[in-house]
Amino acid sequence: MPPIPSPTLSGHSPRWRLVLEVAFWLLAFSAIFLMPRRLLLLNEIAILALFALSLDLILGYAGIVSLGHAAFLGLGAYTAGLACKHFAVDPLLAVAASAFVAGLVGFATSFLVLRGTDLTRLMVTMAVALLLGEAANKMQWLTGGSDGLQGVTVPPIAGAFDFDLRGRTAYVLSFLTLLALFLIARRLVASPFGMTLRTIRDNPLRAAAIGVPVTRRLVTIYTISALYAGIAGGLLAVTTQFVSLDVFEFSRSADVMLVLILGGTGYLYGGIIGAVAFKVLQDVLSGLTPQYWHFWIGLLLVALMVVGRQRIGSWITRPFSRLRAFGQPNAPDNGGVS
Amino acid sequence: MTQPALETINLQKHFGGVHATRDVTFRLMPGARHALIGPNGAGKTTFVNQLSGVLPPSSGRVLLEGIDITHLRPDLRVRRGLARTFQINQLFKDLTPRQTIGVAVAQRLGIGGRMFSHFAADRHIATEVDKLADDFRLGDVLDLRTADLAYGKQRLLELAVALAAKPRVLLLDEPAAGVPEAERRDILGVVQALPSDVAVLLIEHDMDLVFAFAERISVLVEGALLVDGTAAEIAVDPRVRAVYLGEGNHG
Ligand SMILES: Nc1ncnc2c1ncn2[C@@H]1O[C@H](COP(=O)(O)OP(=O)(O)OP(=O)(O)O)[C@@H](O)[C@H]1O
Ligand SMILES: [Mg+2]
Repeated sequence: MPPIPSPTLSGHSPRWRLVLEVAFWLLAFSAIFLMPRRLLLLNEIAILALFALSLDLILGYAGIVSLGHAAFLGLGAYTAGLACKHFAVDPLLAVAASAFVAGLVGFATSFLVLRGTDLTRLMVTMAVALLLGEAANKMQWLTGGSDGLQGVTVPPIAGAFDFDLRGRTAYVLSFLTLLALFLIARRLVASPFGMTLRTIRDNPLRAAAIGVPVTRRLVTIYTISALYAGIAGGLLAVTTQFVSLDVFEFSRSADVMLVLILGGTGYLYGGIIGAVAFKVLQDVLSGLTPQYWHFWIGLLLVALMVVGRQRIGSWITRPFSRLRAFGQPNAPDNGGVS
Repeated sequence: MTQPALETINLQKHFGGVHATRDVTFRLMPGARHALIGPNGAGKTTFVNQLSGVLPPSSGRVLLEGIDITHLRPDLRVRRGLARTFQINQLFKDLTPRQTIGVAVAQRLGIGGRMFSHFAADRHIATEVDKLADDFRLGDVLDLRTADLAYGKQRLLELAVALAAKPRVLLLDEPAAGVPEAERRDILGVVQALPSDVAVLLIEHDMDLVFAFAERISVLVEGALLVDGTAAEIAVDPRVRAVYLGEGNHG
């Protein structure tokens, strides 16, 4: 396994940090040669990491909680699956279509999500995912309903790189996509735009009072996040050549939240680290106790919270303090009544 | 006659049964040093919240330099030159003062929406942040987490971040509230040194500070404007004395 950079990474000097990061990505890439038999698992990890990265953009940077992020994963998966099935398009084009459709729906639903408290956001995001899942179920003529989307044949990338059974092409595609989108996300969060998002996360009332157009910023990042999740879904469809209704399921949304909490929010590597930890645990634990692996991961989460309170606490206090603030507005609506 | 920098016309605010702003018609002149005083619960903060767009008035109008901003979003009011501070700190606890002030500067420069330039490397932002940090005695804490700052420093940051918007109208809601005596002087110094072309409305309970600062004073009682006059007039006004003696604990 690639070494897991510590979440205190940001505390290191920039040069040391750069060395660690390059080493991390090189190792992740060299897994193609080091672990040729586990490439399908690695592909799943890369896709989950991308999905978690997309959630981190809204949760870790803008403070938007979501329990329905699978809506965009699912949209992306069906879009790419259908594009390949009916139009035999290049997989890259199919994934681009996924990004477009998910981004569009993300933009449209952002207006529902951005109003209200954390609790309403949780409910609305969940409802959107449920509705889309149900729609996919009902539109059997298009999606195959509960049988899943059968007969997806994915042509080779650019007519040259065929998807092999061992998952080599799949992993390379997912890895490179993750790397590219990670680098873009890193620029984004270090930009003035990214910094204004953090002010909104910490205090939307004050953000507006220093001139930040709060709603516009949130719509933008929510759309970008949806687009990222759509790409994750598109990759899932083209690399597994199959799409079923479970891409919309609540457990997908909950798992990705768990992944991000495991890895930590608000520094972009959290989603990747969490995805590695989650998938490896899933792989090991479901080998030991196939039925109960969620139980073990839950236990681990509790253990992490109790034992590593200081360290882990600092990564997760943000989403958790928000969860605790259920039903309360993000900030007082009065500038201070004493 | 010169046009007021900020003006309200028959402003009213109800919270259910509470009539928090009663028909307030008020003018703040350009470059004014104006204080708004009144007992606890008089509706001062509620008034500022309506001026800054945090709360919509129940009825009435708010004009900024003659333009109706009654229904304008708070961030757009800031862009038009209206900034405020908060009685209870409203800061970004996980950001540093450098980042906090920097965002306000970026928004004012119109580059707050840029996605692919580097915030920390931006020269324009950095220059202004350093200047404001100097003016507001924040130079030594610029890179600490805001939540870890001493309370007095947080109050100074409240002011600095409002000034970063280069406002023409500035509303200060009890800037020295809760600051220990030793650090009060810093806040007072900063408030006294505000640019003279900025119209300042200061809400404050400390009468020494009020009379040291204000040329004009308005008195708000139970949501309504009781009197409005020069500092000298207010100092000897029997109605104001009655209110404050009745309250017992101010001035
Ligand atoms: N959001 C709100 N909902 C209901 N009532 C409110 C709200 N905000 C303020 N009030 C009420 O309006 C009245 C005026 O409050 P406000 O905070 O404006 O007074 P103030 O003059 O700022 O007092 P202080 O000097 O203590 O800061 C009070 O009775 C208060 O309880
Ligand atoms: Mg008040």
